[in-house]
Amino acid sequence: MNFEVIRDYLPLYIKAFMLTIKIGWIGIALSLGIGVFSAFILHFKIPIASQIVKVYVELFRNTPLLVQLFFVYFGLPKIGISISAEAYGAIGLGLLGGSYMTESFRSGLDAVKVSQTESALALGMSKGQLFTSVILPQAVTLSVPAVVANLIFLLKETSVFSAISLMDLMFTAKDLIGLYYNTTECLVMLVVFYIFMLLPVSILGSVIEKKTRFKMFGD
Amino acid sequence: MEEILRVNNLSKRFEDIEVLNNLSLSVKKGEVVVIVGPSGCGKSTFLRCLNGLEEIEEGEIFLDGEKVSSNKKNMSKTREKIGMVFQSYDLFPHKTILQNITLAPIKVKKRKKAEVEEEALKLLDRVGLLSKKDNYPRQLSGGQKQRVAIVRALIMHPEVLLLDEITAALDPEMVREVLDVVLSLAKEGRTMLIVTHEMAFAKAVADRVIFLENGKIVEEGSPKEFFEDPKTDRLKKFLETFSYEK
Repeated sequence: MNFEVIRDYLPLYIKAFMLTIKIGWIGIALSLGIGVFSAFILHFKIPIASQIVKVYVELFRNTPLLVQLFFVYFGLPKIGISISAEAYGAIGLGLLGGSYMTESFRSGLDAVKVSQTESALALGMSKGQLFTSVILPQAVTLSVPAVVANLIFLLKETSVFSAISLMDLMFTAKDLIGLYYNTTECLVMLVVFYIFMLLPVSILGSVIEKKTRFKMFGD
Repeated sequence: MEEILRVNNLSKRFEDIEVLNNLSLSVKKGEVVVIVGPSGCGKSTFLRCLNGLEEIEEGEIFLDGEKVSSNKKNMSKTREKIGMVFQSYDLFPHKTILQNITLAPIKVKKRKKAEVEEEALKLLDRVGLLSKKDNYPRQLSGGQKQRVAIVRALIMHPEVLLLDEITAALDPEMVREVLDVVLSLAKEGRTMLIVTHEMAFAKAVADRVIFLENGKIVEEGSPKEFFEDPKTDRLKKFLETFSYEK
């Protein structure tokens, strides 16, 4: 292992790291928005809209991100929409993540017992009141583990961005290997940077999970 | 005494099973009516119809002279007047005991938090659970949870209280602590409709006992008549299942 090489490449990796995090989190924010919105539509069984959501979820959960990115990247310009590669990446990740988040939030909402709704109704609460103060807080707690798993999965999925020429971590590593053949150094750095990106999410996730779980279930 | 609840010819079907069959009942203010009967006789469904958790298909219900049946928009107003406690307690697991009790008065009745909390603490003290006010439901025993559920219903100042097999999931000692609370409510003149399998309790608490089977009232009477001198063979047979001889 040549540490001089590592030192030389470090600024390039840091730049790629920042870009990956930026697009990753924009995409995730997008996916959370789509997920919450779609899960509400499914939970309240809104006609037509819930059929559309179901088709969307199945379509995006059952196709690889790479294929989705190609569709967005090559497809949108065909219908006259031309945006930056970064925007394509964020939208692609947001759409894929949205389908997973939808299912996570929906399962959280559906996991709240029917008897909770009944006892809130029996106390005279309106549908809106019981949703915001009884169902939603419990559903969020119940969704946390699945949502954290999705976050980690989505951040890792950013590695396919290189396919649409986004200079993310994977792109940078492959590019440097192609140019200078320092394969070992480049790959080790790649692993370290991914772990550096994901470990905090993973740790923070389990802390949140424990905190919210303890209040409700006590273990 | 004046009539507070009136049910006229209530019927309810689940697919081809007739759960409630032309059932009529009148309850006076301050009266404690206990409903007993075999499983699946429609006891719980009857209570659930009264506060609109089950849709009423035929018949009418009057609370305080006002018709409540099939009026979905005003249902939550009606439910404020009819409190209900369930077999499975159904406290809100993400809220403390005090928050469980104060949630509905603050949200639904828009009462002031300080005032509601003061009343909640008094009620908690009455059922012997003041020290649990900041605990979460998971930290309480079944009997304690059920007492909290009763307080949660009481703080809405309901005119009628429905208790649906509230001790069915509890072990005997906890049954006692919960039923003692109900007995004290009966003494202070609360109107209650109670579904239970605790015959000794029914005898002690009831002003009137009703035997329900196949969605129909088979027999009704004062606890004394009902338990000591049942008129119908069906009730005799039902009551025999509760006594043992070697």
